[in-house]
Amino acid sequence: MTSEAAPPLIRIHHLSKGYVRGGQAIPVLLDIELEVAQGDFVALMGPSGSGKSTLLNLIAGIDKPSSGTIEIGGVDIARLSEGELADWRAANVGFIFQFYNLMPVLSAFDNVALPLLLTPLSSRERHERVAAALALVDLTDRADHFPNELSGGQQQRVAIARAFVTDPLLIVADEPTGDLDRHTGEEVLGLLEQLVSDLGKTIVMVTHDPKAAAKAHRVVHLEKGVLVPDSAA
Amino acid sequence: MFLLKLLLKNAFRHKLRTGLTLVGLVVAICAFGMLRTIVDAWYAGVETSSSTRLVTRSNISLTFALPLNYAQKLRGIEGVRQVSWANWFGGVYITERNFFPQFAVEPASYLALYPEYLMPDAQKQAFIRDRQGAVAGRKLADKYGWKLGDQIPLRGTIYPGTWTFTLQGIWDGAEAKTDEGQLLVQWAYINETLRKRSPRRTDVVGVYILGIDEPNNAAAISQRVDASFANSLAETLTETEAAFQLGFVSMSEAILVAIQAVSFIIVIIIMAVMANTMTMTARERLAEYATLKALGFPPAFVVRLLFGESLMIAAIGALIGIALTLPLAAAFGKAVGNLLPAFHVSPLTMALQAGAALVVGVVAAAWPAWKMSRIDIVQGLRHVA
Repeated sequence: MTSEAAPPLIRIHHLSKGYVRGGQAIPVLLDIELEVAQGDFVALMGPSGSGKSTLLNLIAGIDKPSSGTIEIGGVDIARLSEGELADWRAANVGFIFQFYNLMPVLSAFDNVALPLLLTPLSSRERHERVAAALALVDLTDRADHFPNELSGGQQQRVAIARAFVTDPLLIVADEPTGDLDRHTGEEVLGLLEQLVSDLGKTIVMVTHDPKAAAKAHRVVHLEKGVLVPDSAA
Repeated sequence: MFLLKLLLKNAFRHKLRTGLTLVGLVVAICAFGMLRTIVDAWYAGVETSSSTRLVTRSNISLTFALPLNYAQKLRGIEGVRQVSWANWFGGVYITERNFFPQFAVEPASYLALYPEYLMPDAQKQAFIRDRQGAVAGRKLADKYGWKLGDQIPLRGTIYPGTWTFTLQGIWDGAEAKTDEGQLLVQWAYINETLRKRSPRRTDVVGVYILGIDEPNNAAAISQRVDASFANSLAETLTETEAAFQLGFVSMSEAILVAIQAVSFIIVIIIMAVMANTMTMTARERLAEYATLKALGFPPAFVVRLLFGESLMIAAIGALIGIALTLPLAAAFGKAVGNLLPAFHVSPLTMALQAGAALVVGVVAAAWPAWKMSRIDIVQGLRHVA
């Protein structure tokens, strides 16, 4: 009897990314090879300018590589057009940003409901999903509050609820605790761990904070656009 | 529904900025409507002209009179159904500031030619019977508080002396644009009085008004009329009533063109103000639009947000502006009195006001919408950081 390992959710092959500034080519990522399994929680670390945010953007499908492939859930997103990428992101990626990026004119409830507008769900189904997501981040009683009426930690919890409310394959988090104090950061990281352990989500997170990285299953280091060997958390 | 909620909240996010933009828009829409109404009022005489009326005057100038005995000959010309006449009276009511047009007319035939002057039959008959009688338009009578039976003294400028008339009737216009700012008196009374005072000025008329059978025959009938009096001592010039009125309007054409130009310049100025508002708005929300695009919203959604917000502000401005134009025009019309007797905001003007607001809304959002639909997500997100 043979057992086959599940294919990785993310498979990056020969990935390079560079910019041209003032007529000069500036390489940012060089020949990256990376695989991330489904349900994994990966932290991308490295000094400023190492290319970790660029790699996260490429994995999230909001930037295009110069060469190489990024296969996510069997789809090479490097080959998708802008319109196809937008649809793909809507269906497969949840975003968590350092500064939360909530719509200030919308309540917590409406902010979480925002990505669901791109799904064929009915109004009632959307309502149920948003209510469940807010319950999971313990913000049911703050559903009608606007971002400026919430603390930084609460805003990030709303952003987390918005990230998983569509049940995406992948959640990308760019410095999710970067704007929070230690205690609130711990709470947010606890929520991310919960998304992985309870909901089986795959998370790729960029962080400068070794304590945040320690919560991940795996830490990937980048230096000058090149991956350095993995270290287990 | 969600989009509408988002548009409404976005539109009033910066209440002061949106408020000031709205004030500018309302003022511009009002000014545009008022200026258009002034131009319309100037042309009102032309627009209310009947296609079945011709005006015959001296072909030298309007200031030269025609003999009364032309009336008999005019009645015999093929296609002419009715003949009446009128003289410009030009009297002063109390002071020179109280200007309003006064005509000495042959009452029965004149009123028959102007069915748009709606007046009870009893009042018409009273006017016809009373040589010193007069009838006035409702607007004029209301302005000076005249009631039936009132004595109206006029100091003559063309016909010297003080003339006192008894108000026998007040007409209402059949349409909003019908002139209600004139006073009509009896030509016969003036003529008989002149016979005693200055006999050489009697039995002449300023213009003949001809009722014709068929508007399509106006040109042929005009030619026949003028041909009948060719090589006489008082040759005639006959034209449609509209052409006759247009002759007066064309004297002020340069002013009217300037007014129209100003009305469009106002719209262009507010377009620039609104475009500036929308550009500032878009720049401030760069990160939000980038976030929306990252979440998977297509560029068209960002375009809809910006156009929707711009059009919503423009629509609110248009509604308030149009609503304010109506009382403003009424007050203006009252203030200028008989200078512009038919001062009404037409449905076309209101439609043009709405159209101008629509154009302002679309043009103001065009550049920021195009720009924001093309923003690079990564660059836009960095805007926050």
